[in-house]
Amino acid sequence: MPILEQLWIIPLLPLLGSAINGLFGAKWPNKAVSSVALGSTGLSFLFALEAVREFVYVRHGELFRKEFFDWIVVPDFLHGGNWFRAGFDLQMDQLTVVMVLVVTGVGFLIHIYSTGYMAHEGGYYRFFSYLNLFMFFMLILVLAANYVLLFVGWEGVGLSSYLLIGFYFLKKSASDAGKKAFIVNRIGDFGFMLGMFLLFRTFGTLDFTAVFAKAGPLPAEAMGQFGTITVACLLLFMGACGKSAQLPLYVWLPDAMEGPTPVSALIHAATMVTAGVYVVARSHVLFTHAPTAMLVVAIVGCATAFFAATIGLVQRDIKRVLAYSTVSQLGYMFLGCGVGAFGAGIFHLMTHAFFKALLFLASGSVIHAMGGEQDMLKMGGLSKKIKYTYWTMLMATLAIAGFPPLAGFFSKDSILYSAFQSEHGGHALYAVGLITALLTSFYMFRLMFLTFHGKPRYDEHHVHVHESPWSMLGPLVILAVLSVIGGWVAAPALWGGEDHFANFLAPIFGSGEAAAGLSEAAAHQLELTLAVVAIVAALIGLGVAFWLYLKQPGKPEQLAKSLKGAYTTLSNKYYVDELYAAAIVNPLVWISTNVLWKVVDVGVIDGAVNGVAEGATAVGDKVRHTQSGNTRSYAVWVVVGALVVIAIIFWPAIRPALGMVR
Amino acid sequence: MVPTSYYLILSAILFGMGAVSFVFRRNIITIFMSIELMLNAVNLAFVAFNQMWNTQGNKLDGQVFVLFVIVVAAAEAAVGLGIIILIQRNRRSLNVERVDLLKL
Repeated sequence: MPILEQLWIIPLLPLLGSAINGLFGAKWPNKAVSSVALGSTGLSFLFALEAVREFVYVRHGELFRKEFFDWIVVPDFLHGGNWFRAGFDLQMDQLTVVMVLVVTGVGFLIHIYSTGYMAHEGGYYRFFSYLNLFMFFMLILVLAANYVLLFVGWEGVGLSSYLLIGFYFLKKSASDAGKKAFIVNRIGDFGFMLGMFLLFRTFGTLDFTAVFAKAGPLPAEAMGQFGTITVACLLLFMGACGKSAQLPLYVWLPDAMEGPTPVSALIHAATMVTAGVYVVARSHVLFTHAPTAMLVVAIVGCATAFFAATIGLVQRDIKRVLAYSTVSQLGYMFLGCGVGAFGAGIFHLMTHAFFKALLFLASGSVIHAMGGEQDMLKMGGLSKKIKYTYWTMLMATLAIAGFPPLAGFFSKDSILYSAFQSEHGGHALYAVGLITALLTSFYMFRLMFLTFHGKPRYDEHHVHVHESPWSMLGPLVILAVLSVIGGWVAAPALWGGEDHFANFLAPIFGSGEAAAGLSEAAAHQLELTLAVVAIVAALIGLGVAFWLYLKQPGKPEQLAKSLKGAYTTLSNKYYVDELYAAAIVNPLVWISTNVLWKVVDVGVIDGAVNGVAEGATAVGDKVRHTQSGNTRSYAVWVVVGALVVIAIIFWPAIRPALGMVR
Repeated sequence: MVPTSYYLILSAILFGMGAVSFVFRRNIITIFMSIELMLNAVNLAFVAFNQMWNTQGNKLDGQVFVLFVIVVAAAEAAVGLGIIILIQRNRRSLNVERVDLLKL
């Protein structure tokens, strides 16, 4: 197992690429920079494929874990051994396989796309250096075998995200968005760290295998009981909320669209934002011991899915629609995890990575074609002019809206099914999820119709719509294929066969997702019924969007007028940013200004510094009078000094007093 | 033979007069003269001590020192008088109170 034994090489390659481009790329031509970036991620992808092959066919799916070197070690002097150890330990199991392939595969495609998209932008080498750095940290995150190393990747992707959101740092809104993302994530990370500390206090280790082995035999905590595991899970989930943009910490993700579009696709749709889902799924042993935490995860996920979908209904910026859609879909994944269907959550994570990356890349292609325009109300009728973009984006839209047989249908369906029948779920969760599916279908087709259909609403003399180069279209086509077929591994379950994806993940999550109290036939009957209901919901969404935006083009505005209150609330995103500004940001700014700055900084810190200086000045002011500049006064001092010396020499009585004992 | 202490007392009186006049007089030339007075008081002390220790007639350290002091005093007089003349030219005065350029 040559590659599996050298697992470190997979994350290291992008780091090398990042270092080379970052250090030397400034003076290189674009071709050299992109070949380093593509080469490192492409090789990393190939190595990942080989490692997965070895894992599946040589090890037959048995957990691989290797400690490469010690990082932090605190020896236990009383009992021997290590009191605390955090090593550079990497592991490979079924969950890692999915994540690594998604990260390197989708990441590689987006790298290819970026070479076309960023070709005319300044800071080409900087972009790829950051992008490779992101790949490194993301791979560390998914390959880590303990919470501490995972946290390194966790923070690292946050850093890369910050750098890439603020890529156009001369634009104030971009640098502000970067800061916002970083700070909001910091709130979640605070909870994540507390969760880690609590886990270490309870189990004495932070290695995944050890923690789960110790937590496994413990009795599950009762619903409503806030025991150690529940609190730890809730704290970890707080971190996940920050990273995966869930209520109430989702506010940074829509603003993160200030970054270049490939960044939105890679970091803020396909990979980084799913890290929270990954952590919850990775810690499923803990979560299944804490039903309260599970319920919180499910409710937060469900609420976020619905909440973000409603905001997405009225957004005008094509990327913002997709951003809210991402928040909403992440909510779905958490809903899946929260009802105990971790496999379904991860499945949706994978299919979502395909179709959402595709949606973002296609929207990037649209923006590229429109010469930088992002407002959908200034597009329209593009379907004939940019055919490839249109057809690939249509595939992604059908997938996310949940039409069979595309990928999104299967993953969303399995989440909704679990929400309906799982012992952790409930019909209310299912109902909200279903409505969200309808809304998803509506806003996605609204996007499609506004962008690609109807009459052009832009100035055709000034905007020369052109199809993107093949470096951009190639990834679109590949992702479109994946969006179509990506769900088929789970497809047979629908007609009574095997769910290959769930079976693959079964060694980790167990196969205990069978319907409680239902016979197999009844369960399949139920699943089919729910699938039909979901398809009907998607069709309704499509129909409403079709009617409003193609048949009755004036209708949306009338609706907006007649439902003015609701419309303004939605288009202002429920005033959440304003609420946070009023409740948190402004008080903090006020305290910083009026207390920390004007009292503590000016009064205490500056006061101390200035006080020392003023004291020295005052002393000097007094002492300087001895230096009169008058020759005779100096002479007096000389005489006085001489007299003192004489006194010391000739007056033995004062010598002991001066400490000069002979 | 006159005891050494007599010379020393005379030397101390001369030195004290020199020091006091150095501090209290204002005219630079007078101050200069008081410096000479102090130097010569020291010379007197040197000679007296030399006389005291020179019992075999082979210790002349004190007298040698006196010669050195006289040489240095002569050099100092040459330089000092030059400075005094410059001060007189620049200030039109020999009042030491007005020579206070050491203070900014």
